[in-house]
Amino acid sequence: MTFMTRRDFLAASTSSAAVLVTAAPSWAALDPNKARSLIDDLVAAINKVIASGKSEAAMYRDFEAIFRKYADTSYIAAYAMGVDGRRATSAQKSAFSDAFISYIGRKYGSRFREFIGGRLEVNEVRPLKDFFEVSTTAYLRGEKPFEVSFHVSDRTGKHLFFNMFIEGVNLLLTERTEVGAMLDKRGGNIDAMIEDLKKAG
Amino acid sequence: MSRIFSIPVFMTLIGLAACSTPGPGEAPDGIFDPQEQTNRRIHEMNKTIDEKVLRPVGTAIGGGEGGGAMTVVSNFASNLDTPGTIVNQLLQLDFEGAVHNTWRFVVNTTIGLGGLADPATMIGLTEDESDFGETLYVWGFPEGEYMELPVLGPSTERDATGMVVDLFTNPLSYVLPSPEKYVGTGLKAVAKLGKRGRYAELVDGVLYDSADSYAQSRMTYLQNRRYELGDQAMDTYISPDDIDTEGF
Repeated sequence: MTFMTRRDFLAASTSSAAVLVTAAPSWAALDPNKARSLIDDLVAAINKVIASGKSEAAMYRDFEAIFRKYADTSYIAAYAMGVDGRRATSAQKSAFSDAFISYIGRKYGSRFREFIGGRLEVNEVRPLKDFFEVSTTAYLRGEKPFEVSFHVSDRTGKHLFFNMFIEGVNLLLTERTEVGAMLDKRGGNIDAMIEDLKKAG
Repeated sequence: MSRIFSIPVFMTLIGLAACSTPGPGEAPDGIFDPQEQTNRRIHEMNKTIDEKVLRPVGTAIGGGEGGGAMTVVSNFASNLDTPGTIVNQLLQLDFEGAVHNTWRFVVNTTIGLGGLADPATMIGLTEDESDFGETLYVWGFPEGEYMELPVLGPSTERDATGMVVDLFTNPLSYVLPSPEKYVGTGLKAVAKLGKRGRYAELVDGVLYDSADSYAQSRMTYLQNRRYELGDQAMDTYISPDDIDTEGF
């Protein structure tokens, strides 16, 4: 596995722009600098909420707003619902999306509190398939630094992240497992699962 | 020497005879868990043990005020483990890692007062653990079935086999006299408990707040372990073009 520094990547991408275009035919506008600045902005936004000292409930609402702004929420929600999405009505899909995004805000919001006094540093951006991987290192107080990475694409026309990995553990798979288990608990009843999701996290 | 090594080698062969099963990527979602019913029973038992013992004790010794003392215990236990890591890295032909950890062991044992402190990390010799499970991975053995071990928790056939062999890979256990060599094992257990307290919220999230804690801990363990090993075989990426996001 070869890692590229940002400078290496920029050099490689300018000298072989054609290669990049063949690798990502439908994503010609996908830009490593934009991918990096998206994650820089995201990290700054998260840090700002953590530093705000607001109440927990207010922070969760802020995290939800951040998630809506920086993440490709429709892709993430569709992935989390998996094959069950095929039998969902459009009303169910949109209700699920809404409940799911709030749930993510609560769940990851409560985890981010552990970041108080810590920081995320963006290391490098590298192309993978038809998207970019932005890898960052999390430095938390008294912890061994660990890798947090984001997958960024511009499928929606904007650069948004559609997956996040904490030491290899992937948000999409984790949440698809969770939603699948919630559905199983309710015998496959999508509406009941959505109600449960509103209380979870 | 040959007698010492024949035991682990023999056990490895027994363990791996049953291990000729699909690795990641060959089963849906990268999970191969034919003993799921048994594993789920063990998981319920582990959850009870966690609730009644590990969680309360861990939070008492590792949470809040206990954090500083636990760091010392965990440093010491991890330093005692380093020679085992070096042996495994040599077996993996990872000479760079072995040299890195030899320096780490020397610095922490001397300047770090026998491993109580971790000055090596401060000079850039960060922790880089390995085990016989990783050695088996490097040697090309498949991951085998997922298994949840009593008390010890999530594992795979390959990792469980590695754990057994690692009872013999640490050279210190041949050098240290009998009662002293168990001190390391005891402290390792204490350090594990401290970690349980320290990451209480995170572990609680998986064990007690998720809809199916068995499925969630299995997923988390496999992903994290494959990441540590650098095993990229499981590709879960679905291109946005192949997913119907309409309506979401």
